[in-house]
Amino acid sequence: MENKNNFISAIKAAFPHTVPVMTGYLFLGISYGIYMKVSGFSFLYPMLMAITIFGGSLEFLAVSLLLSTFAPLQTFLIALVIQARHLFYGLAMLEKYKNTGLKKLYLIFSLTDETFSINCSTPVPEGTEKGKFYLAVSLLDQSYWVTGATLGGILGSFIPFNTEGLDFVMTAMFVVIFIEQWLKEKKHYTALIGVFCSVFCLVIFGAESFIIPTMVCIFGMLSFFRRPIEKAGGFE
Amino acid sequence: MTLSEEIITIGMCVLATLLTRFLPFLLFSEKKKTPKFIEYLGKALPAAIFALLVVYCLKNVDITAGSHGIPEFIAVLVVAVLHLWKRKILLSMTGGTFCYMFLVQFIF
Repeated sequence: MENKNNFISAIKAAFPHTVPVMTGYLFLGISYGIYMKVSGFSFLYPMLMAITIFGGSLEFLAVSLLLSTFAPLQTFLIALVIQARHLFYGLAMLEKYKNTGLKKLYLIFSLTDETFSINCSTPVPEGTEKGKFYLAVSLLDQSYWVTGATLGGILGSFIPFNTEGLDFVMTAMFVVIFIEQWLKEKKHYTALIGVFCSVFCLVIFGAESFIIPTMVCIFGMLSFFRRPIEKAGGFE
Repeated sequence: MTLSEEIITIGMCVLATLLTRFLPFLLFSEKKKTPKFIEYLGKALPAAIFALLVVYCLKNVDITAGSHGIPEFIAVLVVAVLHLWKRKILLSMTGGTFCYMFLVQFIF
């Protein structure tokens, strides 16, 4: 009972931090469900894929993969490329997710862009156990996504008001967290490296294939400039 | 595709996703001391990652055609100004998003 109450209070502590993601996930999830529905799939598909894959961009792409010829190996490779950025999230969360027991399995399974954003940038509220807080954020986020995807799949293209541009809420969230990260650093080296590598690779490699070159580029520059970056400090 | 082919295709997506999410934790377990360099990366990566995520969200903006990325530029600016001014995450996000929705629905 004690345990259960603890978790409910963790949910209460986590909820306000997940409101932006709720907006974004419900909207994007509904769009994704609609997209699957109009592509000829029952609502069970977006619902089950939201539960098992839980990765927005790949789920959108999976629609076209499901509609083309069966090619499992190619699907696997495409999925790896799209999801490669999670490798960085894992590295950044190694310390924070330490000593969270069995919860850790779900925390890692559900490490999306948005869940990473919250758990990486939000200090655990006082009086809440670390593992429970992270678990609450992750569970809430996935419940938004599954709800959105399922609703979209059921409703089809019936939406009563003009939502064009609502997806900007995710961009806005990343901009805000980026500014917070920027302000933490005294010399902004790592933030600048991120901006430079992303823009440079986007221009060179194009929108469809710039993620992996950017990751390599960021990794290379962070390794190369390790000493001045550590000396400048302030990014913890 | 048959149903079993569909299940395998979705399964491949699940497998690849699990691999990218679990690999760092499998390579650097809790029991062993994490190498200093990896610890450094863990701390140095977030700011760079969020820069990448912002660019990733804006990757399809075409500055040479359509609305030339003006609504995106204005909305990002609104988010940044609001945030530097008040430091209230929800305010900055809602302000920027409403601004963007207004711009793409009524102006551009």
